[in-house]
Amino acid sequence: MSWIPIAMLAVPLLGAAVLLLPRFAGRVPRGYGLAVSGVTLALAVAMAAVFDYGDTARMQFQTDVPWIPGLDLRFHLGVDGISLPLVVLTALLTFLCFVHLAGRPQSRPRALAFTLLVLETGMIGTFLALDLLLFFVFFEVVLVPMYFVIAVWGGPERRAAAVKFILYTLLGSAVLLLGLLVVWSQAGTLDMVALARGNGIARSTQILAFLAIGAGLAVKAPMWPLHTWLPDAHTEAPTVGSVLLAGVLLKMGTYGFARIAIPILPEGAATVAPWLGAFAVIGIIYGSLACLAQRDLKRMIAYSSVGHMGFVLLGFATLTPVGVNAALFGNVAHGLITGLLFFVAGAVKDRYGTADMARLGGGMLGRLPYIGSLLTFACVASLGLPGLAGFWGEMLALFGAFRPAAELSRPLFLTFMVIGGIGTVLTAAYFLLMLSRVTHGRPARDRGPAVDVTAYELAAWMPLVLLTLLFGLWPKALLAITTPAVQAILPGVGS
Amino acid sequence: MIQSIDYVAIAAPLILALVAGVVLLLDAFLPRRTPGALGLVTLAGVVAAFGVLMAQAAEGGRRRTFCVPDSLGGGGCSFVVDRFTLVMSGLALVAGIVIVLLSMAELTDRRIPAGEWYFLLLSALTGAVLLPAARDLATLVVALEVVSLPVFALTALKRYDGRASEAALKLFLVSVVSTAITLFGVSLLYGLTGTLYLERLSPALSAGSGASGVVSVAVVLVLAGFAFKVAAVPFHFWAGDVYQGAPVPVAALLSVVSKAAGFAGLILILVTGLRDQATLWGPVVAVVAAATMTAGNVLALRQRAALRLLAWSSVAQSGYILAPLAVVGGRAFTASMSYLVIYAAMNLGAFAVVMAISRTAPRNELDDYRGLASRRPGTAVALGFFLVCLAGLPPGLAGLFAKVVVFREIVEGGLGWLAVVMAVNTVIGLYYYIAWTARLFAPGPAGASRTRSVPVTVAVGVAVLVTLAFSVAPQLVLSASG
Repeated sequence: MSWIPIAMLAVPLLGAAVLLLPRFAGRVPRGYGLAVSGVTLALAVAMAAVFDYGDTARMQFQTDVPWIPGLDLRFHLGVDGISLPLVVLTALLTFLCFVHLAGRPQSRPRALAFTLLVLETGMIGTFLALDLLLFFVFFEVVLVPMYFVIAVWGGPERRAAAVKFILYTLLGSAVLLLGLLVVWSQAGTLDMVALARGNGIARSTQILAFLAIGAGLAVKAPMWPLHTWLPDAHTEAPTVGSVLLAGVLLKMGTYGFARIAIPILPEGAATVAPWLGAFAVIGIIYGSLACLAQRDLKRMIAYSSVGHMGFVLLGFATLTPVGVNAALFGNVAHGLITGLLFFVAGAVKDRYGTADMARLGGGMLGRLPYIGSLLTFACVASLGLPGLAGFWGEMLALFGAFRPAAELSRPLFLTFMVIGGIGTVLTAAYFLLMLSRVTHGRPARDRGPAVDVTAYELAAWMPLVLLTLLFGLWPKALLAITTPAVQAILPGVGS
Repeated sequence: MIQSIDYVAIAAPLILALVAGVVLLLDAFLPRRTPGALGLVTLAGVVAAFGVLMAQAAEGGRRRTFCVPDSLGGGGCSFVVDRFTLVMSGLALVAGIVIVLLSMAELTDRRIPAGEWYFLLLSALTGAVLLPAARDLATLVVALEVVSLPVFALTALKRYDGRASEAALKLFLVSVVSTAITLFGVSLLYGLTGTLYLERLSPALSAGSGASGVVSVAVVLVLAGFAFKVAAVPFHFWAGDVYQGAPVPVAALLSVVSKAAGFAGLILILVTGLRDQATLWGPVVAVVAAATMTAGNVLALRQRAALRLLAWSSVAQSGYILAPLAVVGGRAFTASMSYLVIYAAMNLGAFAVVMAISRTAPRNELDDYRGLASRRPGTAVALGFFLVCLAGLPPGLAGLFAKVVVFREIVEGGLGWLAVVMAVNTVIGLYYYIAWTARLFAPGPAGASRTRSVPVTVAVGVAVLVTLAFSVAPQLVLSASG
């Protein structure tokens, strides 16, 4: 029984519950959400500090108490090298969202703080859960708060986008639940740790379960062609919604592959992996081509997420330690970079009143030099410039595809690698095209002066910039944590 | 032969029946008509009956009465109190408490005769408590009618409202037809086996050779009768009009107590009476469940009135409750019971809030709920919680776990297609639940909340507490019904 994971769930949840008290009606203290999410972040940092890096494959900080014996559901939490970076990332991004909100208060602050704190509980819980049903419960917890974030604080088309988001992802969750129940009915336990050690599920059942679980996770990730909820949701969501959606919610899908689908159903994974890889590379190409055609900045970043998640899924599809490592690295890098991109895009939208690239005109570097430079930095990081975090995830995923697991067809994955390589070029193309349109050139004359980056914005963005640099220059900082854990979940697979 | 009757075993229905008579007398002889006092007497009666059940549960033993010894040939017991009986009767009584509270609010304007109302309500509850204990076909059918008959009258008690009369007539016609069908099926079963006792039905049917066609017909006819009670397809058409026409407490009664009684009868007949004929009824139930959840959800999508939406949603929920019954063998019916108990709590809560709103917005359209969060935050949060529960999403964990229990039984029972149909239905259902929930928190017309009824507030509070308890510790339900 370890108190840190429980506290990480309890703090935001209690923080949200306190907001329900009548005395907070209408006047939530400034900085309340900042304080609660700050405590959660401190707990996450403490966990990372106490974490035993010598043995990252082992589940640490475990808590395992029965909750609902009738359903075999145990309140089983823990972290290892795979989940630790994501837990810290979640706590960090939520905290930065509150920093952003402190500088730019929204309407109905009490409701927004409440919603975001419940959202944080669900996100952290998903990464901590070690029981299949508990994972599912936390996976579902995020749906309703995110629905309200989009539907209440979103853009003009928010209603439709929010409904599309929640229906689409619930359909995915329902299929995921069926897959989890198939695993349960075959293996007789819900404990992920025990299941990953070997469970004797027949091959045909594994394929079926992998398809169901994979489809459920792929909606969340999102994988082409199940991504269509994402552009609308991202475009209409407020800045904090987009940041958490891209930075954390998408990771819940890919994390599920690393934690559930691949370790528990290795034979199913081996059978389905070529298809997963194919959809992944189609997603990469599709995402980049769609980006080239976008006029709206936020929508373009949303489609770029489809491409980046394609690389992550390609990494998983190789079923090699290199590829899975790449996927986990790409996960974190995408969370940092795309989080930053959405922050900056939100700031641009606030200042120009639009995110339409044609109406933004050019010359942002001249008019708003700091925001223009940060946008350039984020875009360059996102397109995978060596030396920044975005590079390693893509490069290692392609490298993993170069030498896929023994039971997979090498020529097929070499083809995937080539297509993925073309995708990186296209990615560079659309980001550079966007930058040339928006940041370069002369500012239009008729625009009045605008406020450049504020202190709050800098405070919210700089941690992301620094971490992007850190992981770009020193990828081992992250890979050293994930590698042993990845090798532990791929026992049957060579290399 | 002199039969000894175990009065402790039948104490709960006996108390309810006696209090029903007392209420009618009080209404006639009390000098001033005091609906409040009658309501309190009724409440006391229901609580007393519930106390008796609790005592029986604490005692833990099985009780049986109205037994015929084997020496008379084909012996058996007609009235058995076991865990199943306790859970289903307890559900009916707790629901009864909430419905009596809602009635107190409904009857304040004195246009509805209070004495008759409470008498009929208690009669229906008597039937609902009697039914889960019934272990022979005759008692079962009689108990079912004791539940149904008062409900027509209750629906029609709003004599000044044309829609109520129409609803009552519809309910009456469909119910009578379905009872006739059930009786026909029962008579066939009796003719085939020569026994009315559920325990002896299945062996007798298995032993009897030939006539399998007649058995199928009998099973289908009995199923059809109960399908009406639980508003399963194709006997679901009455739900929309009746729920909207009837007074809100009666709609709640229909959707929880009457439905629970129907399911209790269905489970008794299928799982006890016809357990060896499961291959006959299993596929039928599966198809009916799939059709019911789909029809209910699709019909609910376009509703603009709160009660009609709840009507179709409760049809859809019937489908989810039916689904585990389609799993042949095992103890899958316990999943139905668990779902039913959790469903009762969250659905009653939704009805209680709708009752509270109907006092200020008589038409009770979904748009009347716009901006409720700013006018009456507590009520809005409660309704939002119940709706999310019904949709089966966190924070409504009770609904989520109920669905997981049902899914588990279906998947383990190998009915993959039914699980997929149910998964799709969950998504369809979410659409209208979330659309309603979103209205609560949308900006809406500001206006002071006017009348606040104490009984309704208590009813909402009870439902919230029970649903929260089921959310945090669903084990309460699972261990009771398992």
